[in-house]
Amino acid sequence: MRTTLYLIRKEFLQIFRNKFISKAIFAVPIVQMLLLVPAVTFEIKNVDLCVVDMDLSTASRSLITRLEGSSFFRVNQQSFSLEEAQKLLHRDQCDMILHIPTGFGRDLVRDQGSSVMVSANAINASTAQLSWAYLNGVLRDYNMELIAEMTGNSGSVAGSGSITGAGSLAGAESAGLPGTTVISGKGTLPEALPRISITNRYWYNELLTYSWFMLPGILGILITAIGFVLAGLNLVREKEVGTIEQINVTPVKKVQFMASKMIPFLLIGLIDLALGLAIGRLVFHIPFEGSAGLLFLGSAIYLVAVLGLALLVSTFSSTQQQFMFVAFFIMILFILMSGVFTPVESMPLWAQKVNLANPLVYLMRINRMVMLKGSEFGDISGNIGALLIIAALFMGFAVRKYRKTA
Amino acid sequence: MIQIEREYDMKRFLGFVKKEFLHIFRDFRTLIILFGIPVVQILLFGFVVSTEIKDAGIAFLDLSKDEISRKVIHKTVSSGFFSYSGELTSIGEADRIMKEGKAKAVVIFEPQFGEKLFREKSAAVSIIADGSEPNTATLITHYLTAIIQNYNQELTGSRVGEIVPVKAEVSMFYNPELKSHFMFVPGVITLILILICALMTSVTITREKEFGTMEVLLVSPLRPIQIILGKVTPYFLLSFINVILILLLSWLVFGLPVKGSVALLLAESMLYILMALSLGILISTVSKTMQQAIFISLVGLLLPTILLSGFIFPIENMHPAYHWVSSILPPRYFITIIKNIMIKGTGLGFVWKETLILAGMTLLFMLLSIRNFKTRLE
Repeated sequence: MRTTLYLIRKEFLQIFRNKFISKAIFAVPIVQMLLLVPAVTFEIKNVDLCVVDMDLSTASRSLITRLEGSSFFRVNQQSFSLEEAQKLLHRDQCDMILHIPTGFGRDLVRDQGSSVMVSANAINASTAQLSWAYLNGVLRDYNMELIAEMTGNSGSVAGSGSITGAGSLAGAESAGLPGTTVISGKGTLPEALPRISITNRYWYNELLTYSWFMLPGILGILITAIGFVLAGLNLVREKEVGTIEQINVTPVKKVQFMASKMIPFLLIGLIDLALGLAIGRLVFHIPFEGSAGLLFLGSAIYLVAVLGLALLVSTFSSTQQQFMFVAFFIMILFILMSGVFTPVESMPLWAQKVNLANPLVYLMRINRMVMLKGSEFGDISGNIGALLIIAALFMGFAVRKYRKTA
Repeated sequence: MIQIEREYDMKRFLGFVKKEFLHIFRDFRTLIILFGIPVVQILLFGFVVSTEIKDAGIAFLDLSKDEISRKVIHKTVSSGFFSYSGELTSIGEADRIMKEGKAKAVVIFEPQFGEKLFREKSAAVSIIADGSEPNTATLITHYLTAIIQNYNQELTGSRVGEIVPVKAEVSMFYNPELKSHFMFVPGVITLILILICALMTSVTITREKEFGTMEVLLVSPLRPIQIILGKVTPYFLLSFINVILILLLSWLVFGLPVKGSVALLLAESMLYILMALSLGILISTVSKTMQQAIFISLVGLLLPTILLSGFIFPIENMHPAYHWVSSILPPRYFITIIKNIMIKGTGLGFVWKETLILAGMTLLFMLLSIRNFKTRLE
């Protein structure tokens, strides 16, 4: 025990002797949290719309006014030729084109039917789809109004399509379902139709604040990166420089040595976690529904798993460069598959199987569940158990694989 | 005389480059990983990572249990977006099942749902989504709403005529099939190149420093600029092969060909690689140990590159202040360049600004490195 303590002390001295690393291990997470957490959002705002209004009628203008009135679109370009507008789309100066053909207003009155053309830059498929859904929502409202005017009845018709939706997206319920508007027969007063009214609420994060969602994720990635890189490099460096042989000839046991390589980084990781949680509470006002102890328990087991893996990789690597590439590879894999940015459920089944061995998946769940939902030990026990198994496996292999002979 | 001197100079330099190549090829593992990373990542993104909703767990609290509510539940579960995670008996269980993470949303039908729907012409459904994952929560709510509305229409559809005064047609430019590959292929190329290049160069130079072999190089007749060029040349070639590999993969596996000029795209990639390599050199001039160099390139660059370059999260949606932050990050420009050339098929006329900025950054990094490069040891 005393041997281990001495070894740990030695590691701490080595870490804090390096001026850069000793500052960076705390400064990097703080700066990145403050910088990155508020940055990320999936919420779409300010879609730049270019309007090609060939009709210039009252009808077309009223449609444009509607679009201008929505906070989602920004009508930033007007053009009178479709080619011109497509050039703008090509140059990224607008995201969407609304083309209102000549005779739009006339057809509307004469044939009671008219059409517009929309072109969207779909390189980002999901943004394009959502923008189209929004535009469709605006069009539908416009249609409702037109119908109401035609039938001379505004109350019941306009009501039949409206949905009480919370959140900012309430215009696009029929996402991806263009032309779903069904409106009662022309000219006659609509008879009341059976209508399912839908209300919705978001629990745990009423206003869908993105920073609440991102903070646990970014915090998890940061403690992973710092622990993994530092612990692994530390051991490989001893190998590369040759100082490991000096340890090997001492009576220090394998377990003691591995423990001394792990515990300092475990502590640093937990301090970073505490810093991150403090930032979350003070700067981003994340509600702490659950117990902090549970968070630390989850992260501690997680760190043992990650550090075990780092040590395992470093016993296989002979140079820091080798380790670094493997670390890069593993970290990218962990991060992108962990559900930090994209839902785990939408991955194919085989990927979800691979994910069973990805400790970051469990940490993400634990962090979000405990912080935002106030889940208790019983709720997350499965995840904790899985982390324990992974930690034991990685650590066990690392100790086994480490050879005291050179 | 000078002629001979020059010849020797060139020979020495080539010899040095050869030595660097040997260093790299000797280490088979690194080489495998070097080419393995891009391949695995491209495949990972193509087949695994997606923001769509699939099999999200939905629980139902059916206080009515009649034919209509059953049908809605059936429609929801058979839509392919959701999986059935159980029937609840009280509202208290909704909290339970979401806290355990077994359901992402709960759909509640009011008592006598079907009866009310036909007698009072109105019945209520309530959707409670787990807001701790905002994006998933909004998507789930939209999909559920759309499914229920569709069902509602089916119920009423037979009794109404359909008039839609203004119809809209949409054409999705550049990506008519709405594939997500169009976003991630440029992103992966950008991410991998900057990280690998910056990592590799910064590590190989600091390695010489840390082990003291830099001294040997410095007293050799090689000039500092030759040392650096010699270090960088092999990685330049390897990274370039990586670019070709990724482009081939995205073409063969995902059917995403380069629409514009391949030569221009390769030239731009070279510029970007050069930028990343000079960033790596700069990192190496400020780092004393490999640990420090790796820490800066891996921990310092990884997250900002993923999050602020427009790789997963579009920059337009961020707060205006972040447009500034992201404008000092080189990846952002390269992503724009690739998207333009590869997907839109535009030429240099559309990306000259970004190209100039990247060239300027390269120059800046190089100048800073030369200023920081110490020919003497402390």
